[in-house]
This record gives sequence, C-alpha cells and structure tokens, in this order.
Amino acid sequence: MSEPVRPSEHSPVPEGQTPDYSPVTVYSPVTVYSPVTWPGFWLGMRLTLPLLPGIMVFGAAFGAGAAHKGLSLFEAILSSGLVFAGAAQLVSLALWQDHWSFGSTLAITLVVFAVNARMILMGAALHHWFKTASPMWRWFSLYLFTDANWILAVRYHQDGGRDYGIFVGSGVLLWLVWVIVTVPGYLLGALVPDPKTWGIDLVMPIIFVVMLIPLWKGKQAALPWLVAAVVSILVMKAVEGYAFIVVGALAGAIAGALMPEAQSDV
Amino acid sequence: MSDLLLDRLETSSGALLALLCMAAATYLCRLGGVWLMDHLPPSPRLRRALGALPGSIIISTVVPLGVMGGPASLIALVVAMLVMFKLRRDVLALVAGMVTVALLRRMGF
Repeated sequence: MSEPVRPSEHSPVPEGQTPDYSPVTVYSPVTVYSPVTWPGFWLGMRLTLPLLPGIMVFGAAFGAGAAHKGLSLFEAILSSGLVFAGAAQLVSLALWQDHWSFGSTLAITLVVFAVNARMILMGAALHHWFKTASPMWRWFSLYLFTDANWILAVRYHQDGGRDYGIFVGSGVLLWLVWVIVTVPGYLLGALVPDPKTWGIDLVMPIIFVVMLIPLWKGKQAALPWLVAAVVSILVMKAVEGYAFIVVGALAGAIAGALMPEAQSDV
Repeated sequence: MSDLLLDRLETSSGALLALLCMAAATYLCRLGGVWLMDHLPPSPRLRRALGALPGSIIISTVVPLGVMGGPASLIALVVAMLVMFKLRRDVLALVAGMVTVALLRRMGF
C-alpha cells in the first residue's frame, strides 16, 4: 500500500500528493488531536474582523424584525444565542405565533431545518479537519459553526493551517457580536437600515465568491462546479425556498465522485 | 420603567419551546454532516465527492443569486472575483464588491 503524505503542522502537502488527515496513532492507541492555541484563537478573531460590519447590520436587522413581529427582547436574544443562524432566524419571524400549537411549532422547526440543511453539507466538506479536533472542541465549536467561519476554515486549512483555535476564535467572536447587536437592533427598530439598501445582503455571497478563487485547481477539478451551477439554477427556478443550495451542491459532489482521479497537477 | 423591563423579558412556554426546537434543528444540521462522515466508510469516490463539495456549495449559493438577484448583485460578485483573481487580497476584494453593490443600489439598480 502506498503511504499518503502526512502534512506537518506548518507545511502543506505538495501538490498532487494525497494528504493524510487521519488522527495519528502512535503505537499505543493515543490519538494526537489538532492543536487549539491562543495565537490560533486570536488569528481566528482577526480573520473575522472584515466580515463584522456586514454581520452587525444583519444581526441588527433581525433584532428590528423581531421587535416588529412582537417578540420580546428576551426571545429575540434567545433566538440569536441559541439558533445563531441569520437566514433561518429571519425566515422564522414570518412563522412566529402569539399562541403556539403543536402544528405551528413543528412547522417553524422544519422550515429552520430546511434553511440550515446546507450546513450538513458544509460540515461534511470540512470533516477531514473536524475529525482531527478533540471531541470536546469538536462538539463545542460546531455549535458556533456558521457560513462565515466555515469559509474561513476552508481557506485556512487549504493553505496548510492546522490550528483548530482559528475556528473556535472566529466562532466565539461571531456569536458574541451576533447576540449583542440583536439588542440595539431591537430597541432602535425602524432606525436600522434595510440591509438591501447598502447591499449588506450580499456580504456572505461576496465572501463566498472571493474564496472560490483560491479553491480553483484547474479545469477538470472545476467540472463539478459547472454541474452545481446548472443544477442550482434549474432548482431555484423550479422550487421555492432554499433547496437549490443543497441540491446544487449535492449534484456537484456526485459529479466529483463520478470523475476519474485527477491526473497530478492540471 | 420596571414594567417596561418586565415586558421585554416576558415569554411564554410555547415560544420557549419553539425556540428550543429551532435551536435543536440547527445544531442537528451543524453536527449532521460531520457525524455522517464519521460513519460512512472512506473510499476514493467519497473523498472526491467531499473534495468537490466546498466549491459546489459556494457555486450553488452564489450563482443562482447572481443570475436572479438583478444586475447590481451580478456586477458586484464579478467585480469581487476579478479583484481577488488579480490581486489575491480577500479583504480588498470584499470591499470592492461591497462598494460596487452599494453604489449601484443607490443609483437605483
């Protein structure tokens, strides 16, 4: 059997080699986990800073929407702190009730699940890194898992970084800011600008396309992206809601699985 | 004043339960993919699928938006990509994209 190349802590795997991210077993079954360091934690926070203005406006917009819809401030803060997923929280406002029945509770749960189903795929895509974190860090940090720290982590890991602290640091900062800005958003209500006016609704999409560039590894590797693009557009035109993200991404992954192994560096 | 504070703290058991269900559903999504991959047998095919996944997720999120979101979104996304492609500075590319969409939306696109 040929040995996959194990990346060291600071050196990425050479191009064309198979990286080996499995936990290291050293004779006795002792698993060596990805490090979680304070410098990594601070770096994660620093990498998150450019994303904060957009995220603050979004969080405030949720607070304003919650006030408008009749949630108490306590409920709005709980939503930001417990659910901690912007798109799902905003969509849930449309289904918010004054009196809850079994049916309306189930409905809001299912809609939130549908909006967040993309995270299942995001988690799977980063599994090779998550599985190197110790169980405690893994389950804690997954609670703080959002689009923003996912994309930062994808980029950081691809560049050869292995310090799990960046994921934790980024998540903690995002969570704190998200929960805090809910309050002024709720209290100021109508003073909060509509995110669309300034294009704040495009913050995450723009970050996503920017991060796509370093993921480019040649035309053959990008073929699944083409499949994802076509399928997601078709699904969006055919089906209401957010299904296009999950279906398009799955189509891309299946295309990747069906493709022949990439011939070294293209 | 204290009445005002109490109003803001009020909630009902129904609302609390709904919030807890929403939170549980979301945490399930956060864990689900990682948990699933823990339990699927690794294979070259699965590895290729996962390798194609990050780019496919990004494309499936962004392309429909670029196509259907109006000219301002499309132009801003393209500008951000071009800046990143040429200069390889992600923050600069983000700022360029945001300035573009803000200006275009102000101009009424």
